[in-house]
Amino acid sequence: MQYEAVIGLEVHCQVKTQSKMFCGCANRFGAEPNTLTCPVCLGYPGSLPVANAEAVRKIVAAGLMCGCTISKFSKFDRKNYFYPDMPKNYQITQFDLPFCLGGQIPVGGKGFSGQPLPEKKIGITRIHMEEDVAKLTHLGKASAVDYNRAGVPLMEIVSEPDMRTPDEAYAYLTALKQVLEYAGISECDMEKGQMRCDVNVSVRPLGRAEFGTKIEIKNLNSFRSVHRSLCHEIPRQIEAVEAGEKLRQETRRWDDALGVTIVMRVKEHAHDYRYFPEPDLMPVTHTDEQIEKIRATLPEVPFVRRDRFVTEYGITPYDAHVLTLEKPLADYYEAAARGSANPKQVANWIITELLRVLGERGLTIRECPVTPAHMAELAGLVGGGTITGSVAKSTVFPAMLESGRAPSEIVKEKGLEQVNDDSAIEGFVTQAIAANPKAVEEYRAGKAASIQFLVGQVMKLSRGKANPQAALPLLKKQLDAG
Amino acid sequence: MGTNAGTGHIDARYVADLARIELTDAEAARYNAQLNAILTYVEQLQEPDVTGIEPTAHAMPLANVLREDAARPSLDRAPVIKNAPADVDGIYVKVPAVIEGEES
Ligand SMILES: [Zn+2]
Repeated sequence: MQYEAVIGLEVHCQVKTQSKMFCGCANRFGAEPNTLTCPVCLGYPGSLPVANAEAVRKIVAAGLMCGCTISKFSKFDRKNYFYPDMPKNYQITQFDLPFCLGGQIPVGGKGFSGQPLPEKKIGITRIHMEEDVAKLTHLGKASAVDYNRAGVPLMEIVSEPDMRTPDEAYAYLTALKQVLEYAGISECDMEKGQMRCDVNVSVRPLGRAEFGTKIEIKNLNSFRSVHRSLCHEIPRQIEAVEAGEKLRQETRRWDDALGVTIVMRVKEHAHDYRYFPEPDLMPVTHTDEQIEKIRATLPEVPFVRRDRFVTEYGITPYDAHVLTLEKPLADYYEAAARGSANPKQVANWIITELLRVLGERGLTIRECPVTPAHMAELAGLVGGGTITGSVAKSTVFPAMLESGRAPSEIVKEKGLEQVNDDSAIEGFVTQAIAANPKAVEEYRAGKAASIQFLVGQVMKLSRGKANPQAALPLLKKQLDAG
Repeated sequence: MGTNAGTGHIDARYVADLARIELTDAEAARYNAQLNAILTYVEQLQEPDVTGIEPTAHAMPLANVLREDAARPSLDRAPVIKNAPADVDGIYVKVPAVIEGEES
């Protein structure tokens, strides 16, 4: 029988703010343990929380970036549980009236495994605000608690069970991260715990409408481990179902070293959180005007920008995908392409040359020594025939990287203009023929490809400056005449 | 299991379990009776007619009580750690190990 997986993701993302969600302690990663605490985030009796306006604004912004409806009326609730990562013994969250409801994120292109992905939209059920919890380090019989992270604004983004493959889950996470980074909502650094992900997955016979038994996977520290855990968990469930085993609703822990999921707890032990409205915090309302004011501050959504790049600049969807992965790169490309007669060539230069060099040097696009205007000028010099592509690559571009100077200046100073003049190229042609009798003989014996070798020799003799389009007929003329 | 305020029934043992409190049989019986009495008392709130009244969690019709996002100095670590029942090297709060999933 054919099976399909049904995957939903719960993503927690820290919101980038100066201070914590309900107190003025700094929201900062990497501080000395337990140096960012106060009576509020330590849960001292009598202390009162006050919600951070910027955190609320950023969660609403996240919702708008994902196409959510923003609630006109939201409130905070207490989620009661007893675990030392929350000193109050409850976490402030949003239960039934979250800030954002019902959005979607499109995925497509090439999947993580290299297979093409179907173009589809992954639904977002809701985005709500929470406070982050303390970090526990387990030391045998005791645990050490660092409360710096307790109370940091966190949003939980719950997807619909719309994904069917590990590749789709990976693509959704990538797209979500991209959206949040674009709008400066979260830095989404999984290594710093700023983005965390729980997976819900079940399997069912293909074509059946009802869901199978849902299993939750925790302890996923990277997008790759989400992908790997699904590649392991889906076949495991299918095998179990095929063997006639009845699956239980359970939570499993991903063991990255062993590459397996291990049972953590079964449903009978599921938590009973006893949610109730937070009496210490007033509700939050948003009018249409306030929502539109926030929307006006947001950047173009990355997938909208990607599609616009394709139509506006005539580049391929793949190139547009690469160029819009990060906002600074998309801004760089757009600054170069806007007003350029050669937007496709600009894209090529950035993707094949500039990104390669930046990668080799470990530089970000923000640290790029070449300005967008100079990048556009270089593509223009090649496109307009002032210099050859080969001179641009071998001489002009490296000089731009070193000096940050304009390519036209470099070309003028070094005398690198393309040689289009037939009489000048003829000299190189004569030299190339004289120096390569073997290739000449082969060409005359009917091996047409040999002429390309001779064009290469002309380019070499001219130090890349000869126009190859002009060299070819001149070579043919001399060879056929001689 | 659980509470049912409507009929005034509560399982003190289950609630104690959620709160990680151990009860003797005698305590469980005593609290069960007391909590049920309290719930029966609160149940009087079911009597008034509330048709047409907006449900609310607060007595004051206030909204959007927010603060500007500005960081201010936090407490010094030493007194904070001193308030904890136990510590690790004066840096961390020390608690008995509770591994999620292994708790009861
Ligand atoms: Zn604090």
